Amino acid sequence: MTLVAPFTEITDVSGSSSADSRFVRRLLRRPQAVACLVYLAVLAVVAIASPILLPDVAAERAGDLADSLQGPSSQHWLGTDSLGRDVLQRLLVGSQDTLIGVGVALVVVMLLGIPLGLLAGYVGGRLDRTLCWIADLVLSLPAMVLVIVVLSVFSQNLVAAMVTMGVLTAPALFRVVRAATLPVREQLYIAAAVVAGLSPSYIVRRHVLPRIVGPIIVQLSLLAAGALLLQTGLAFLSLIAGPPAPSWGGMVADGVGVMFQQGWLIWPPGIAIALTVLALGLLGDAVRDVSTEGWSPKRSPSRSTKQREKKGAHAPAVSVDDDVLLGIRNLTVSFASSGGNVRAAERVSFEVGPGETVGVVGESGCGKTTTALAILGMLGHGGHVEDGEAHFAGQDLLTLSERDIQEVRGSEIAYISQEPMVSLDPAFRIGWQLEEAVRANTPLRGADAKRRVQELLEQVQLPDPKRAARMYPHELSGGMAQRVVIARALAGEPRLLIADEPTTALDVTMQVEILELLRSLQREHGMAILLVTHDLGVVADICDRVVVMYAGEVVETASVADLFAHPGHPYTQALLASNPHNQHAAGMLPTIPGSVPELGAMPPGCRFLPRCTQSTPACELGTIPLLQIGERHESRCVHAREVRST
Amino acid sequence: MVSMVIRRVFTAVPLLLLVSSLSFVLLSLTPGDAARQILGTRGTPEQYEALRQQLGLDQPVYEQFWHWLSRAVTGDFGTSIINGTSVAGEIWARLPVTLSLISGAILVSVVVGVAGGVFSAVKDGWLARAIDALVLVVWALPVFWVGSMLVVVFAIKLEWLPAVGYVPLSESPTAWARSLALPVFALSLGSVAAVVKQTREAMLDVLGSDYIRMAAANGIPPRSLIFRHALKNAAIPVVTVVGLQTIGLFGGAVLIENLFAVPGLGSLLVTSALSNDIPAVQAVAVVFTLVVIIVNFAVDIAYGLLNPKLRSS
Repeated sequence: MTLVAPFTEITDVSGSSSADSRFVRRLLRRPQAVACLVYLAVLAVVAIASPILLPDVAAERAGDLADSLQGPSSQHWLGTDSLGRDVLQRLLVGSQDTLIGVGVALVVVMLLGIPLGLLAGYVGGRLDRTLCWIADLVLSLPAMVLVIVVLSVFSQNLVAAMVTMGVLTAPALFRVVRAATLPVREQLYIAAAVVAGLSPSYIVRRHVLPRIVGPIIVQLSLLAAGALLLQTGLAFLSLIAGPPAPSWGGMVADGVGVMFQQGWLIWPPGIAIALTVLALGLLGDAVRDVSTEGWSPKRSPSRSTKQREKKGAHAPAVSVDDDVLLGIRNLTVSFASSGGNVRAAERVSFEVGPGETVGVVGESGCGKTTTALAILGMLGHGGHVEDGEAHFAGQDLLTLSERDIQEVRGSEIAYISQEPMVSLDPAFRIGWQLEEAVRANTPLRGADAKRRVQELLEQVQLPDPKRAARMYPHELSGGMAQRVVIARALAGEPRLLIADEPTTALDVTMQVEILELLRSLQREHGMAILLVTHDLGVVADICDRVVVMYAGEVVETASVADLFAHPGHPYTQALLASNPHNQHAAGMLPTIPGSVPELGAMPPGCRFLPRCTQSTPACELGTIPLLQIGERHESRCVHAREVRST
Repeated sequence: MVSMVIRRVFTAVPLLLLVSSLSFVLLSLTPGDAARQILGTRGTPEQYEALRQQLGLDQPVYEQFWHWLSRAVTGDFGTSIINGTSVAGEIWARLPVTLSLISGAILVSVVVGVAGGVFSAVKDGWLARAIDALVLVVWALPVFWVGSMLVVVFAIKLEWLPAVGYVPLSESPTAWARSLALPVFALSLGSVAAVVKQTREAMLDVLGSDYIRMAAANGIPPRSLIFRHALKNAAIPVVTVVGLQTIGLFGGAVLIENLFAVPGLGSLLVTSALSNDIPAVQAVAVVFTLVVIIVNFAVDIAYGLLNPKLRSS
């Protein structure tokens, strides 16, 4: 019985007829696709009908010679050629050879590309490798040259030429089919079908083919365009469709021959070729869009929304406070999403003193990284600061122009992230990247800058600084890479280092070492650190004060000692309870039931209410303010005093 | 690096054998007798016998091929059946012409294509859309048609450049450059479009990556982010596309040489094919393939230089 459930699903997902009709309907909703299809259909009708309706044109050697090289007129809509023949008639009749050529090439491409591609993708192993090798080999041949070799033996033979073209370009389709088959094969419903004992050929026909129709059509439309250009090119060289047979390429050649007398003649065939190639290419584009829109997220239409909105004239006077290096007030950040703007951080306020280490803790999705990136003006696509201030060294960072905030980055505030391995440019040596950071953030140049790089590498305690400088990022371990990233952050001797989960990606011994390094660097340089983490153990190790964030809000700020001794918010209590470092017994690790509410779906009242064990009806009444509950200790809980004393 | 060289040689040999044996296989597949077919009703019995012997049709296919191959490796490609001249001599005379045409087109594609791609990746908006539209139009236009239009505009209307013909470099460098200007322009348009497109996509991809963001967060100026970091990383897919385009350029060169009456290998290929001069066609095809193999080899080396991971492994 267990097989029944997945099995009904199988027929649902693959159900080729319904999936196909949905695909076609979606395609027909696009005007671009409809226009291309209509054009190609009309062309096909013309190619079939015109040689029947105009039987004499194909063999017509000359028309009215007295009437040659005429421009468009009511009698000859597209004029006449050098032998007085009607250009429109020849254009219509000539479409037949063109389409036959494209058709022959496509049939060959499909006959070779689809079965072999399915076979390679589905079977894999040595067969796959062999076929791929052959495909690469064939694709590296100059197709046009080989087609001409064939035509030197089989003179004027359109079919021989286009079959050759088909064979030489089939690997392009082969690759697409193979690449599209590989992931389909891995999918669950295919595995279920195999378990259910269905034969491979049935699986391929029913489940694999319908899924890869999109990529196949896209590739075929491109190959058709290529075949058309080749066919017209060969006709242009009169290697096929020799006179008097009408062909688009041949008509361009005629036009070139009389270019000095009548410049018009190369236009009609040129436009016919270009329109047909465009129709094929745009159809392919439309099919690609339709076949990917089902399961890939739509790319944001605006590629570069302005990262930072200028907040005009009402920037308040900056209060200078010696005890405060970074003062964040009411920072509100929102991101554009399909359902409108959502706030990832709301009314966030906290301070970092000179040389102080402040931890920002909370589960993922609480707005910690958003806050950190907003300070540096690096929110990226769709994110913007709605409101708030971030005072640093006498200026509000949020009002700075892009050029001015660049001056701050690196030399005043540096940033390290949780993924050291993707933080360094893979294409440049470590020494080069550090030297660049030194040059960008200090006046040091040349030998001085090189010396500084060595100094930095020594400061972060890399075992062999000289050797490290010559290495590429991929030659480093995670711990070494993080040391290099820290070295780069130190290059400009910043007053504040924002460290976003600097140890999360590292193993435990590395974590300890990196934290130790940060602590010693801070002691030596008096640099403040804003440490973003989800790990209260790290906070206890290194921080002076803590900011707890939940669902985009600051819910508690306190000194480390206060926070661990007297947590003033149920969320902080729950975090402390679930901290593995506090577990002495081998019992089950307590977790916080429920999850952080989705952005844009915040409960009214207290945001932690749905997960809170100490809630009362008062918690539902409107926005909860941050309450002062001790010396430099604040909590966003209506019951903070009671909670703190428990 | 060594394994790469071995791998290339390993693929070069079958490629060359495949291409050079193609016409022998085709000749043997031709129904009836190839010599008869080539001569049609034109030839006398003596001419027919002579052609049969010259094509080696009196021997089995594999012997014909072996005979041809053993001479070809020494640089002897036989004689043309049309005018009896040495095919190898003809090829040596024409190879520099085609190579200068194609290297000119590659140069233009890389310089204009990369500049346009970077520009449109960085300067978003209407310019990117304009380049998109231009890329599409250029892609749709057949190279021989674009070439014809260039002749109309620059040679006939404006009279800036010669319409057709070729002047050797040794005769006059300026006349040589002028005679190649239109052919190179026409030939490179399609690959410029492809390189612009690929460069822009690769640049946008790299500019959105973590290491660029992290470098920016640590004060690296945008100029360096774009022209050093992003461009070097984006160069890898761009090199791939340049390699593929170069192979395509050989096809384009065949058309362009005929249109502009440039005496290169492409025009030799077409005139030989039209007159069924099989020894000449065969030799040109082999030389083209050899050049393509060298291009692929150069692309491989460029990969190694650009991607440190590839070099050390």
